[in-house]
Amino acid sequence: MNTSAQASTQEVAAVLRATLSTRERPPQASAVSNILAFAWRALLKIKHVPEQLFDALITPIMFTVMFTYIFGGALAGSPRQYLQFLLPGIMVQTVVFASMYTGVTLNTDLSKGIYDRFRSLPIWHLSPIVGAMFGDFLRYTLSSGIVVLVGLLLGYRPVTGVVGVVASIALLNVCVFGFGWIFTTLGVALRSPGAVMSFGWLFLMPLTFASNVFVDSSTMPSWLKAFVDVNPVALLVTALRGILSGTLTARQLGLSLIAPAVVTAICSPIALALYKRKR
Amino acid sequence: MSHSEFAIEAEGLVKHFGKTKAVDGVDLRVRAGTVYGVLGPNGAGKTTTVRMLATLLDPDAGRATVLGHDLLRESHAIRSRISLTGQFASVDEDLTGLENLMLLARLLGFRGRDVKRRATELLEAFDLEEAAGKQIKTFSGGMRRRLDIAASLVITPDLLFLDEPTTGLDPRSRNQVWGIVRALIADGTTVLLTTQYLEEADQLADRIAVIDHGRVIAEGTSGELKASVGSGTLHVTLRDPADRERAGAFLKDRLGVEPHLEDEASSLSVQIADTARAARAMADLSDSGVGVGGFSLGQPSLDEVFFALTGHAAEETPAKETDPKKKKEKKGKAA
Repeated sequence: MNTSAQASTQEVAAVLRATLSTRERPPQASAVSNILAFAWRALLKIKHVPEQLFDALITPIMFTVMFTYIFGGALAGSPRQYLQFLLPGIMVQTVVFASMYTGVTLNTDLSKGIYDRFRSLPIWHLSPIVGAMFGDFLRYTLSSGIVVLVGLLLGYRPVTGVVGVVASIALLNVCVFGFGWIFTTLGVALRSPGAVMSFGWLFLMPLTFASNVFVDSSTMPSWLKAFVDVNPVALLVTALRGILSGTLTARQLGLSLIAPAVVTAICSPIALALYKRKR
Repeated sequence: MSHSEFAIEAEGLVKHFGKTKAVDGVDLRVRAGTVYGVLGPNGAGKTTTVRMLATLLDPDAGRATVLGHDLLRESHAIRSRISLTGQFASVDEDLTGLENLMLLARLLGFRGRDVKRRATELLEAFDLEEAAGKQIKTFSGGMRRRLDIAASLVITPDLLFLDEPTTGLDPRSRNQVWGIVRALIADGTTVLLTTQYLEEADQLADRIAVIDHGRVIAEGTSGELKASVGSGTLHVTLRDPADRERAGAFLKDRLGVEPHLEDEASSLSVQIADTARAARAMADLSDSGVGVGGFSLGQPSLDEVFFALTGHAAEETPAKETDPKKKKEKKGKAA
């Protein structure tokens, strides 16, 4: 090593010592502040990798336009009339699909070294996961907002106006946060992002298509109608239609919240246990 | 600081992965305020040992106290006083240097303006100011490693685990990392360092545990380990490689030890017990007509220690060092 390099090494060492010797030790952060820090991380990731929003932006536009014009004429006489029925359903379908990516992203994230660091910190165990879920609210709100926007352009008119739209997006976020625990659990439990996707579709296909998203269940055979009537996705669609058309009943709202609450109660402890399982 | 003089006391740590015994009964005692080197080839169980001691992995058997806390029952208390810099970058690739440090500062309880202040201080101390606004994925290997270590020092820990901190780094970055470790020690932090580089353990560590196949096969200061092998080594370089066999036979006859043939075709080395006798043998070898290019008498290197302890080399030549994973496979076959 030459002398100038040596001098700079000594200089660096002096600055280092000054920085380290503070031994500053603020009081431990609360669980809420941990969650907020991780939510901030999720927002930063959206800022730096905006491509991940592509899905959340393009899919809803595609779905709304496509299904309105494919089914509209046949099912309701005109696309514009069909849209009044379809739009709340498409909002739910879009956001439920988007929630699967929570699990996929988490699974990718977990395989990286950074989770070793998080797990070695004196923080609330689940805060990285819950924080990421809060970051997803932004994606969900964006996706559902775009569906409404495209709907408005195509002639959709919510009876309850702006209040109804805001309320429906809020309920959607709450319920999908609940459902999201399924994918979070899969994300923690399975070995690869691909596996999370395959399993995810296994849940999502029957739940979103065997539902009242596209047509009313009254014309379906009784066995299918029986399924649709208890399908959590369908119950959520019914509640959203209620909110947007001003006919929401307490019963509809209650039914839409049961499944998300049950899923949260069952899956969050499982996800926590799996996450803490040291590998 | 802990009331105990030992930062780590571990007894009989065992960890299996399926049928593989990754760690097979490791005992460690690390004195507080020292650098402790865990030296071994890839796959020897170094990382698994560190992950257990850093509360990321529960041992299948054995017990340990870290900074006076029981490893299994008081893991949260341990986490608030240790830091871990893993073998693979434990920072967020998508975030900038500043954002990564700010995230950790927030998680560790810094608030408001202090978050950015502490992050900026660390960037300056680690000579990373220019990279503050750049995403980690654009960083060079050395910068990444420094940021990784900086991220472990947002709160100066009482015990820092550094898992292979210089693997894959160029010599300049390696020296920088060594400088950081020395500064930490000056500040009273205990460092447990794993490495597959003998020179690194020799340079930094107060005591060294040599680990192979999940077991500690030797422990002591670098001087003690060297002494356990013999008083030293005679290195001989010949003018003509063709003379090596004759020179080897001559030295074996005079010193009573089988010479070790080096990779270099004109070199050989002999473990010696008596320096004066070795010097006389060299004079006679020269007189016998073998062209001696040069020779040196030295303490054994840790390389030789490792070879003597395990019967195989600790590391391959640095030129083949580029892909640690490939190396592991090769090593597996070689062993």
